Amino acid sequence: MSAAPSKELVHTRIWQEEAEPDNPFATRVARCHGYDVYGDMLGKASWIEMLYLLFRGERPSAQQVALLETLAVALANPGPRAPMVHAAMCGGVAGSTAAASLMAALAVGAGQNGGAREVWLAMQAWEACGTDLALWHGHLSRPPQSGVDIWPEMAHPAGFAPHGEQATLPVLQLLAHLARHAPELAWLQQQRIALEAAAGLPMGMLLPVAATLHVLGFTAEQGEMLVLLLRLPGAAVHALEQWRYGFKRFPFFPVELTDDPAGKVSA
Amino acid sequence: MSGYRLLAEAHGRLRTRVGAAFPGTRAVFRGQDLHAELGDLDYLDLYHYGITGRRLSAAQLRLLHAIWVNTSYPDARLWNNRVAALAASARSPVSLGMTAAMAVSDAMVYGGQPGLWAMAFFKRMVAAVDAGASLADCVLAEARDHTVYGYGRPINSTDERIPWVMAKARQLGLDQGRHILIAFEIERILLTYRPQLKMNYAALHAAFAADMGLSVPEYHVLRMPVFMAGIAPCYVEASEAVEGTLLPLKCDDICYEGREKRTWVAE
Repeated sequence: MSAAPSKELVHTRIWQEEAEPDNPFATRVARCHGYDVYGDMLGKASWIEMLYLLFRGERPSAQQVALLETLAVALANPGPRAPMVHAAMCGGVAGSTAAASLMAALAVGAGQNGGAREVWLAMQAWEACGTDLALWHGHLSRPPQSGVDIWPEMAHPAGFAPHGEQATLPVLQLLAHLARHAPELAWLQQQRIALEAAAGLPMGMLLPVAATLHVLGFTAEQGEMLVLLLRLPGAAVHALEQWRYGFKRFPFFPVELTDDPAGKVSA
Repeated sequence: MSGYRLLAEAHGRLRTRVGAAFPGTRAVFRGQDLHAELGDLDYLDLYHYGITGRRLSAAQLRLLHAIWVNTSYPDARLWNNRVAALAASARSPVSLGMTAAMAVSDAMVYGGQPGLWAMAFFKRMVAAVDAGASLADCVLAEARDHTVYGYGRPINSTDERIPWVMAKARQLGLDQGRHILIAFEIERILLTYRPQLKMNYAALHAAFAADMGLSVPEYHVLRMPVFMAGIAPCYVEASEAVEGTLLPLKCDDICYEGREKRTWVAE
């Protein structure tokens, strides 16, 4: 067995480990941004505090904890009609693995229409426009930019609901709650109607989400990751539930085949 | 049509022209009976047909096979392959390991994105030359402005796959297509600018795909499983090894570059 010293290192500013004295592959102490996770944080730090620490490298203030907690509750379950949850249920209903159901939810929930990429785009817009209504008018008057990319073309302004009639009650309720936490979020609530007029669409859930993540100091890339994570609980429980209901009680939908060699229109 | 009317229009059924399954009787694939008319097709032929609705010639199909075969590298150090191997070592199912490996292959420094950008670049250059521009001027202008994808390669700029595939292309009479010729012409121009900018496999694949008539979005779908044959052996070998023994890291293989030790003070 070769005992050549390893030169392959993982570089990180997030995580530090000390080995057990009898086993270099076993962790004795793990520190997250300097804090001893098992020796010091357990019992003191909340899940939301740990989440913030991991992403931002510092402890959140009490106000930041409250704001991220609010966001986490709002995002926890998009509901079974949401495409990402629907995708997870397609896994759950047929007995696919737990990870496959969550991967299905991530794949769909990653998208530019109601997904984490829309949050990434909306956060970029927020970074560019902030609380300047004139900048938002300029931004929303330009068609969404798309180049050659693995992402399909963006078909609506990020943060607005392409098939909506008006901002829904949950969006208004989220806005009202967030507005108490930060002046930028209060501005968003006050300017909702003006922004909707500029976009030609009602505000969706993801613009307040993007604004909140920005206020909390997350980058667009961090916001995209967080939204993917924070929406998984709903996908998980609905996938589990559908397995119990069984596939006979899961929609399969009639098909209307427009190019049928047998000349049949529907089946 | 605006608001929810588009959703109402699509509600309750699947309207499709690509096909449908009629369990117990038949299946339709892009307007043809899958079993009666397409049942003998080569799998890659069917895959391409499903994406584009067009058929490749026998020679094009053989070249596409050669392109995919010659980039099937079963090396578990490669990032995408490593995902599948780590899944196997962690005793996760093959479906999760391989699909995750394919998903990460849609990367920016290799795989999906460089291929798309290279194809778009070639189509742009062909259009420019057709419009009377100098290819050298256009290429050098692009090279000065931003990275030209499809040229240059980390570790070793010589791509060992290209001579093999070009030999096959010559044998099949497919080495004189518009895009593959311009791809090599661009290489000659770029080498006068930076000697390390030799053509890489992303460019070769993209150029031949363009010569086969694929659009950029069609190519994106087509190339998705291109690394699959190289990924699978990595999964298999790691699954046969003792669990957890693939590329194990010691605690001191982590090079921590973050904050010093600190105490979490309960609030």
